[in-house]
Amino acid sequence: MANPLYSARRRRSLLAMTLCVAATGFGLMWLVMILFTLFWNGIAGISAEIFTQMTPPPNAQGGGLLNAIVGSAILTALGIGVGAPIGILAGTYMAEYGRHSKLTDVIRFVNDILLSAPSIIIGLFVYGAVVIPMGSFSGLAGAIALAVIALPVIVRTTEDMLLLVPTPLREAAAALGMPRSYVVRWITWRAARTGLITGLLLAVARVSGETAPLLFTALSSQFWSVDLLKSMANLPVTINNFINNPDPNWKRLAWAGALIITLAVLSLNIIARSLAARSNEK
Amino acid sequence: MGRATALPSSFGGCVSDITSHQIQSQSERAAALASFKLADSLFAWLTRLAALCVLALLGAIIISLIIGAWPAIKTYGFDFLTTQRWAPNAKPVPILGGLGPLYGTLVSSIIALLIAVPVGLGIAIFLTELCPQVLRRSVGIAIELLAGIPSIIYGMWGFFVLGPILADTIEPAIADFVEDIPILGTIFAGPASNLSLFNASLVLAIMILPFITAISRDVFNTVPTVLKEAAYGLGCTTWEVVRRVVIPYTRVGVIGAIMLALGRALGETMAVTFVIGNSFRISSSVFAPGTTISAAIASEFAEARDLHQSALILLGLLLFVLTFFVLSGARLMLRHLARQQGV
Repeated sequence: MANPLYSARRRRSLLAMTLCVAATGFGLMWLVMILFTLFWNGIAGISAEIFTQMTPPPNAQGGGLLNAIVGSAILTALGIGVGAPIGILAGTYMAEYGRHSKLTDVIRFVNDILLSAPSIIIGLFVYGAVVIPMGSFSGLAGAIALAVIALPVIVRTTEDMLLLVPTPLREAAAALGMPRSYVVRWITWRAARTGLITGLLLAVARVSGETAPLLFTALSSQFWSVDLLKSMANLPVTINNFINNPDPNWKRLAWAGALIITLAVLSLNIIARSLAARSNEK
Repeated sequence: MGRATALPSSFGGCVSDITSHQIQSQSERAAALASFKLADSLFAWLTRLAALCVLALLGAIIISLIIGAWPAIKTYGFDFLTTQRWAPNAKPVPILGGLGPLYGTLVSSIIALLIAVPVGLGIAIFLTELCPQVLRRSVGIAIELLAGIPSIIYGMWGFFVLGPILADTIEPAIADFVEDIPILGTIFAGPASNLSLFNASLVLAIMILPFITAISRDVFNTVPTVLKEAAYGLGCTTWEVVRRVVIPYTRVGVIGAIMLALGRALGETMAVTFVIGNSFRISSSVFAPGTTISAAIASEFAEARDLHQSALILLGLLLFVLTFFVLSGARLMLRHLARQQGV
């Protein structure tokens, strides 16, 4: 054991493994730091008014984020509402009808590209395709941008989840004489239900923090706005506008909004993960 | 649509019809089958249409970007890629060149990778080889949560917290340390500032860390246990097993993970916009402000008109082409690994 070669190898291994542990600490440190910053700056701004009052004008006191929160909820719901049916149907095609076709390969490839495409590009696309023809910034354009971002997430999870459904289940249903589309809807979708919901939750989490694609589609608004054809208040862009302003009241609201949005997104992520873990155990 | 909602009863009814009392006439049976067939093929076509939507979307994005960028392409041509000056208000024609943002995008992403790759791989090795089983899931989820935090939060944190820390302590220390070394001295030249390319790179590194970790951990887990046990049996240390068995076996997958992270870093917008300083001038020091394509678009697009706007869309098109190739490369490599697993 006193062989110098052995102890040198052991020392090197120990060093490398220590560095790996340090790297993990380094990674976790950032998470702790960011969450600490959010709580430190944001908790003071959290009060009932945040959820009951409109965004204040500059250099005023008080006020809340009600219109921004409601606007964000509308945009997210609409975005998912448009993206989810298309995404689930497309994922169904890839897993059920075209599992071995060339088209599915191509779509999977393109979908993976869209999944990681910069969200600002989606904003540019929707600006050119919706905002210019309609002549103004609008909540509708924002919702479409979010739908485009949600779509690839949903396609991906739907396909993955449907592929997990055991084939004998489908064969059994088909042997009873069930037409194919009924097998898909009443057997496969039902068996993969938890997985599909997980995918939707992940899409909501992904979409609700997005700022870049809303900057020049939904814009934002200081007022109560539920008209889809006008620019619509939303939380991320409101945070962006408020934090870049010297007004301390706006800054306070921006940090409070940042805390709310982060906690919402992180809890959605955790719920989705535990759902997925539970359905894997079954 | 009516068919679909009335489905459970009609389907169940149909089965009991067949079993209890025979369907009277041949034609009735044919009609029922035909309606099944119609609904069946309608649904199949609906799914196919939705799938084609994904393809159409990519096409629409490319076409819309090209149309938007066309005036700028016509005006500036290839000079756009080599001009550094960005003067949207110059008369009679705005002078616009994309070299600054292109340089900033590439350099900030590369520095981010230099930081994130060793750390991300280190965490993946910790998670697969060292971590006690109880902690494995929770540490993994904690790292992945970093990917869930919205980009704008990173921007705010980078601007208000990380920026001052870097500018006051770490950046001057590095600048002093390398002052007399020829090339490094220029790259890390002061004065330090809150808004800098380096600050943006560090924020980017933290943001792409979870992607590198998650994918490398998954590909590390594909290494057959027998291989590792055999190496341990020969007397290898943990590090030697990782270095000589795990990493060579998963090399393609790890490169795929790195390229995927690069794709993310190239297009990251809000976080970078907050901390990079939005300066179109190229500086030899990474402690000076710069800009990236996405930051330039985010901060100028809303006020831009005509040729200025078109030039920003052209930048967007360049970014899209760049990320397209990087992401395609990443996917091809990861797919190659998946196929290897399949065999």
